[in-house]
Amino acid sequence: MNDHNISISRSQESVLSTNKVLKNTYMLLSMTLIFSGVTAAVGMSINLGHGASLVSSLVALGLLWFALPRTANSSAGIPVLFAITGLLGLGMAPLLNHYLAVNPSIVSTALGGTGVIFLGLSGYALTTRKDFSFMGGFLMVGLMVVLVAALANIFLQMPVMQLVISAAIVMIMSGLILYQTSAIINGGETNYIMAAASLFLSLINMFQALLHLLGAFNND
Amino acid sequence: MDWMAIGSAVLIIAMMIFIFPRLKESVKNSPKGTMNDWMGFIIPLAAVIGFIILLINML
Repeated sequence: MNDHNISISRSQESVLSTNKVLKNTYMLLSMTLIFSGVTAAVGMSINLGHGASLVSSLVALGLLWFALPRTANSSAGIPVLFAITGLLGLGMAPLLNHYLAVNPSIVSTALGGTGVIFLGLSGYALTTRKDFSFMGGFLMVGLMVVLVAALANIFLQMPVMQLVISAAIVMIMSGLILYQTSAIINGGETNYIMAAASLFLSLINMFQALLHLLGAFNND
Repeated sequence: MDWMAIGSAVLIIAMMIFIFPRLKESVKNSPKGTMNDWMGFIIPLAAVIGFIILLINML
């Protein structure tokens, strides 16, 4: 009887802890999305160039790889995450300016589309509570194949290949949203800063890939 | 080849180097999915593809 009570109490603790991680992740994710939107708007208003955008993205990736893993277990991880998301938002400014000049509805459709896909996939993972941990290897291999193709296309400059890469990115990022959300629900991810960073990257990559896809089909 | 292309290539190579250890670890340690597990992934993915086709047609 005593063992049974202890087991129920541990299970309740685990559910409470999962819900806390989930709540904190979504709170932090929404704040970082707003912040990156603000920095993107600033970048657009000052007409940030492609060179500055590339430097901004490189600095963000440097922080993501070297500073975030060292600070994610303390409160210092939050300003680091804001710095990363702010720089990535700033880095998107030239791309957004380009598509706004071509057709502003491409940007709003890509933004709305990313939001709907994210809400739909998160809702699916949260309601079914399926464990998507089996997809880890598949998603990483897919990501590596996409990176190799993207590297090759810098030199080949094939528009069709760019379309295929963008479509593959949307699929992989969809898989990563399911994988990451399921990791939070099933206790595989207990750090809300890392979880928010991972979901933010999936969202920003999906948004960029959707912009390319919609732009291409809009004869850009 | 302009320096932007070189910068982008450096960025992608850096990403590959960063991802590679995680890829090796994931391939080695990920549990195997059953047919049912994969269907649980394919169905929402098909919905995403359908939704994107809808967005493209709407534009």
